[in-house]
Amino acid sequence: MSILKHHAKIETNVLLLMVGILLTVIIGGLVEVLPLFTIQSTIEKVDGIRPYSPLEQEGRDIYVREGCYLCHSQMIRPFRDEVERYGHYSLAAESMYDHPFQWGSKRTGPDLARVGGKYTNDWHVRHLTNPRSVVPESIMPNYAFLHRPLDTSDIVAKMKTLRVVGVPYTEDDIANAKADLVAQASDSANTDALLQRYPKASLGKKDKTSTSVTEMDALIAYLQVLGTMVDFSTMKPDAIR
Amino acid sequence: MTQATTAHSAKDATPYFDNVIQKFVLAATFWGVVGFLAGDFIAWQLAFPVVNLNLEWIQFGRLRPVHTSAVIFAFGGNVLLATSLFVVQRTGRASLWGGAVLGNFIFWSYNLFIVAAALSYVLGMSQGKEYAEPEWWLDLWLTVTWVAYLVAFVGTLYKRKEPHIYVANWFFLAMIITIAMLHLGNNLAVPTIIFGGPWWKSYQIYAGVQDAMTQWWYGHNAVGFFLTAGFLGIMYYFVPKRAERPVYSYRLSIVHFWALIFLYIWAGPHHLHYTALPDWTQTLGMTFSVMLWMPSWGGMINGLMTLSGAWEKLRTDPVIRFLVTSVAFYGMSTFEGPMMSIKAVNSLSHYTDWGIGHVHSGALGWVAFVSFGALYYLVPVLWKRKSLYSMRLVSYHFWIATIGIVLYITSMWISGIMQGLMWRAYDNLGFLQYSFVETVAAMHPYYIIRATGGVLFVAGSLIMAYNFIRTIKGDVRDELPYEAPAAATARG
Repeated sequence: MSILKHHAKIETNVLLLMVGILLTVIIGGLVEVLPLFTIQSTIEKVDGIRPYSPLEQEGRDIYVREGCYLCHSQMIRPFRDEVERYGHYSLAAESMYDHPFQWGSKRTGPDLARVGGKYTNDWHVRHLTNPRSVVPESIMPNYAFLHRPLDTSDIVAKMKTLRVVGVPYTEDDIANAKADLVAQASDSANTDALLQRYPKASLGKKDKTSTSVTEMDALIAYLQVLGTMVDFSTMKPDAIR
Repeated sequence: MTQATTAHSAKDATPYFDNVIQKFVLAATFWGVVGFLAGDFIAWQLAFPVVNLNLEWIQFGRLRPVHTSAVIFAFGGNVLLATSLFVVQRTGRASLWGGAVLGNFIFWSYNLFIVAAALSYVLGMSQGKEYAEPEWWLDLWLTVTWVAYLVAFVGTLYKRKEPHIYVANWFFLAMIITIAMLHLGNNLAVPTIIFGGPWWKSYQIYAGVQDAMTQWWYGHNAVGFFLTAGFLGIMYYFVPKRAERPVYSYRLSIVHFWALIFLYIWAGPHHLHYTALPDWTQTLGMTFSVMLWMPSWGGMINGLMTLSGAWEKLRTDPVIRFLVTSVAFYGMSTFEGPMMSIKAVNSLSHYTDWGIGHVHSGALGWVAFVSFGALYYLVPVLWKRKSLYSMRLVSYHFWIATIGIVLYITSMWISGIMQGLMWRAYDNLGFLQYSFVETVAAMHPYYIIRATGGVLFVAGSLIMAYNFIRTIKGDVRDELPYEAPAAATARG
């Protein structure tokens, strides 16, 4: 192994060792990660995917804040049992506006990628307040503290920031952000324009413990839209390849 | 030079900055206890949800990052800083570059970063990426600290008096450089304060599938470099030193070093099997993960075979027992890992407790045990004590912690494989046999066993902390000596 004799050159020179290490560890990422940003087929083209509504985005931020992803995945794998249990396997496009992604790596609780529409708003309120009141065997913590009012003052700044990182919010979306947020959590507001901007958004006041918009309203609005944007009755898998 | 202490041998008068190493050792011991306690607390939360106590700050989702950060970055990080700065001075016969000033800056900056990060999680400021939860302002703080660490380490290497850089330092250097690259690459984000939003919040520049791949390029190599390469550096100094034997094979160390750091980076996609990540990336990740088995075992063989001719020390020196057992656990988890990265196996193991068990056989068995071995070596040397307060307490720690690990990983194997099988079980009419919550209920006894194992592991760490306190005070316990009294520790 005469080649190993030359290793003395590297191990007697700090700079050479550092450069050698950097070159060695950088290759994998260049080959494996970078192409995902350039290869078009990485994210298939699917109709229906839209940015989150202001209320849904606030709910998503709460989902991230509470670390829900540590026990719930949002990624259905293409197995018979998972598709029967949770619905159609997840598409890359369905998380294309997720900053950060929340696919998760552990299912202490069930997958939530298509939880939208599976349970009523009322069920979600009861479940979040005290999970064991509706699922006796559940080991989820109580989230009764989410009954508190939602801080709505930051939604415009958040949407502008998200636009910088690639979420296609329009000027119109941002101008109406606060009004949309309140309207989505209201039983009486005119929601035509809201639904134009954010089709399939889950409307109405969910958390009846308070008249103002609560954190629970936002979280449930987010949960209720998960996995519902793509219409799988019309989507053809071959067409999106 | 009040901060410096002179080396032990008379012919070598290089002043080593051991004062700062002492601080890292104390911090590592403290954070170890805190991190293990936090882990055991959340383990009880999973067994009995009432332990969440209805307090938003300590519910599982917010405390779990406190646990992972406390054990990986606080305990593991302080161990790495202590050992690497100790080893780089000794093996190069050079005093720490930047001296006590830079050393103390790194110490305080790093440890205050950890306190701030832990507080940020319980207050709900997580960035929402596993093992990369700190927000943008904490990320910048860590970057400054890490650059200072790189400068101190490389500066010390640069002024070394030994022509060759010792193998342990290759691993430490690879760890420092690669962690810097991963940290910067995975944490690119735009703060909302730019548009007048909350100062502490940001949004990742990546989304969805690209964010997932970047995250696990980072996440797997936090394991690969922080928890593997760095701790192999520890192995390469402390095992030969404690066993008083040379490293088994110089050639093997060269080959497995370069192979390990080259292959590890590719293994990230095995965290994303069968997801919406493109198949080519998954297959590439699986292939490299399986190949990674070889350089991993290269390290294990080099560590274990160093004991050649000194195996009797396993009987007489409980510190060697920690070091050798850690290498054995390293071998076990680096076999289990490649196996779980095979897609067919992963389809069962992923999302289950099997993954949790795998991580802990590595984290408790390998990382923590090799750390304990190094700390037991370091404390008498740094405080210039003839020996530890008690070798018997080391032995008690070893056995209590080992039983704890066995309870932990066996219960997680059973619960993980069982839950994976229950999810995919069909009854004879072709319906899914179990609802999800039935599989949750089935986990209950195993979560109790796991948390009990955790109690033992915490108890062991408290015994270690007590042993250190008494050692530092200069006490020696009146006990029957082991066959070979710990003379080695005094020589340093």
